[in-house]
Amino acid sequence: MTTKKDTKRHDGRKANDLRPMEAKLGVVPNASGSAMFKIGKTIAVAAVRGPRKLHPKFLQDPERGKLRCFYNMVSFSGSGDRVRPGPSRRTKEINLVMENALAPTLNLDNYPGCGIDVYVNLIQTDAGTRCAAITAAAMALAEAGFEMKDMVAAVAAGSVNGQVVADLDKTEEDVEDAVDIPIAMMPNENKITLLQLDGKIKKEALKEAIELAKDACKQINEVQRKAIVEKYEVK
Amino acid sequence: MGELFVKERQIVVPGDVLATGMDYLPAGGAYRDKEDVRSSVLGILGINGRVLRVIPLKSHYKPRPGDMVIAKISEMTNSVWFAELDSFRDGVLSLREVPEYVGDGDDLSQYYNFGDHVLAKIINVGRTNVGLTLKGPGLRKLHGGRLITINAAKVPRVIGKQGSMIGTIKDKTGCRMIVGQNGLVWIQGAPQHELVAIEAIKLIDEKGHLQGLTEVVGEFIDKKMKNVKVADSEEKAHVPVEKVSEPEEEKPKKKAVGNKNKKTVTRGKKK
Amino acid sequence: MAKIIKEHIHELLSKGLRQDGRGLLEYRKNISVEYGISPKSAEGSARVKIGETEVVAGVKMGIGVPYPDQLDKGTIMVGVELSPIAGDRFESGPPSVESIEIARVVDRGIRESGALDFKKLCIKEGEMVWQVFLDIYPINDDGNLMDACSLAALAAMKDTKLPEFDKKTGLVNYEKKTKDSLPLSDEPLELTVYKINNEFLLDASIEEEKNMDSRLTVAFLKDGTICALQKGGNKEISAEDVVSMLDIANDNVKYLRKAL
Repeated sequence: MTTKKDTKRHDGRKANDLRPMEAKLGVVPNASGSAMFKIGKTIAVAAVRGPRKLHPKFLQDPERGKLRCFYNMVSFSGSGDRVRPGPSRRTKEINLVMENALAPTLNLDNYPGCGIDVYVNLIQTDAGTRCAAITAAAMALAEAGFEMKDMVAAVAAGSVNGQVVADLDKTEEDVEDAVDIPIAMMPNENKITLLQLDGKIKKEALKEAIELAKDACKQINEVQRKAIVEKYEVK
Repeated sequence: MGELFVKERQIVVPGDVLATGMDYLPAGGAYRDKEDVRSSVLGILGINGRVLRVIPLKSHYKPRPGDMVIAKISEMTNSVWFAELDSFRDGVLSLREVPEYVGDGDDLSQYYNFGDHVLAKIINVGRTNVGLTLKGPGLRKLHGGRLITINAAKVPRVIGKQGSMIGTIKDKTGCRMIVGQNGLVWIQGAPQHELVAIEAIKLIDEKGHLQGLTEVVGEFIDKKMKNVKVADSEEKAHVPVEKVSEPEEEKPKKKAVGNKNKKTVTRGKKK
Repeated sequence: MAKIIKEHIHELLSKGLRQDGRGLLEYRKNISVEYGISPKSAEGSARVKIGETEVVAGVKMGIGVPYPDQLDKGTIMVGVELSPIAGDRFESGPPSVESIEIARVVDRGIRESGALDFKKLCIKEGEMVWQVFLDIYPINDDGNLMDACSLAALAAMKDTKLPEFDKKTGLVNYEKKTKDSLPLSDEPLELTVYKINNEFLLDASIEEEKNMDSRLTVAFLKDGTICALQKGGNKEISAEDVVSMLDIANDNVKYLRKAL
């Protein structure tokens, strides 16, 4: 598979173009931190609850806090049938990879016995949902005042029709032989905290996808920063 | 040697590279990452010579001995009360640390009951427990008044240098006010004045990182208090109360009017 | 649970005042309804804000088999998810009884009023009917979720357009919407009247809800016909109270309707 960087995608984008993005901080006023992140038609709303003591007691880790993520697609967010409410195996796995994507940046030793819970609702989905969820969650954690080494940004990179691209939408995801590679990064350090792959790809193309993702995550990080700074700047 | 990328009072987010080079030193809210000094919180940058620190916009309360806190009694055993300091930490108040004499077998709830708020002082901070005392001038169970919660990071701003901000609010609104280091604030005064004080505190909670705050808050309170006085005197005349139009981000506030069962409902579209 | 707050609310009420300066029967000023917030995926959707209380709702249409005792009628299912996103006190997991109560009360207002013509949702009697799935998600709880949910539900239904449906194959084409709306002949809307210490209030704040003695939720059609009632809270109310609360609700529901 080769990269055809200039070939236009079905919606006119080039290989490394991201869909239009929008981010807003503080969308859930009674949460200590919250954020909305929209990429293309995918909309994620994240809110942080905690730190709070975990109950029942056996859940508590006496040495450090636990980050728990709860990814939830609202029933009217899917493009076909109604989404059945409640956790599925897929959402449970997404919760886990989200936690692993965000936890490396946090210092949980400050919160022994506590849970730091991040809830994310997907209001509308058009692929790249776990990445949008992670991006929103990182902003929410920042607003809530948690110390973090970096603010994680995530993007669904991959390959469609032999072209390595960044930010697949659902149409591209559904193409036969498309490869979906969600990646989350600590953008300032270029460290990867989430990496999954769905499909078949050659090593060279995968390396290219990771390179595209690095750049994409930096762009997404800019959007995150702007939204945060905008909220607090002198009006 | 080294390069600074940011300005004093700039808003920075976690991960931002503030400076590069070993000349620059990280203090609170900043950390060293190889050659770079980076921010670890969302906050305002402070530069003191070569020392870079980031003052967080929001933070979790860190209890220290000597802090005055407002805590809510949440649990009790035969010999000890537990009082909530914040969302994840309780303080412990033992029998020895209250001014009353508690006899053997006495029911502790007679003295301090579930749901009571107390103004206490922190005497020690352990790994999981924080020791409280009610022995000391001014420490007591709180009666009357009302409570609001602000973020612990804003407590110094609400108090101000040598109490200047809290003094301004108290003087201009005529309310009594106590600020707990853990972010709970107790206010007592005439109902409309309490509201003005609360709005001023919320203003500080939201915009406390900006400069010139004392003047802004002072003017804010003056304006609001004028309208409260107008409302008080116009009660009998039934003249519609003038609405104060605030800069865009603030919602228009309805002034408290003393009429009972006022049925008018007004609604406006935001944006 | 905090004594100071409870006493403060009671003290203010005895003077006809509330914690945020509103009159007892005064709704928060900023009531807004935004339609079509999830246009790509939902057949109908809306966002409602009452002050800072925010609720989103969406409708998905499906095809299914009718109930055996109503072979010529479409169906509706109303769900409410009180996720911890909206407030600290909510827990994740299966629907709490609080969310079930809100869902069922909203459902009754729609079903019992006859406002939705279920017969028109029938495609082939006994075999194929439209199913309406109405799901409501509070995003920020700042009091009075019940009314906000009811308003969001109605707005989402009004926003709904049926997707294309191929009678021969029985398949729904979710990518294309028709111009047909839901067969709504009326607009059932609920208003809740709260009682604290012998005073009646509208649009309770979170602290007021925590300290309420009881509440009465009333669903109205456009002409004032009552189509659902629910008393909440674990204290008793007198018959006179009910009459007063009905009057208050009747007088004030128009302010909610104006937002639509």
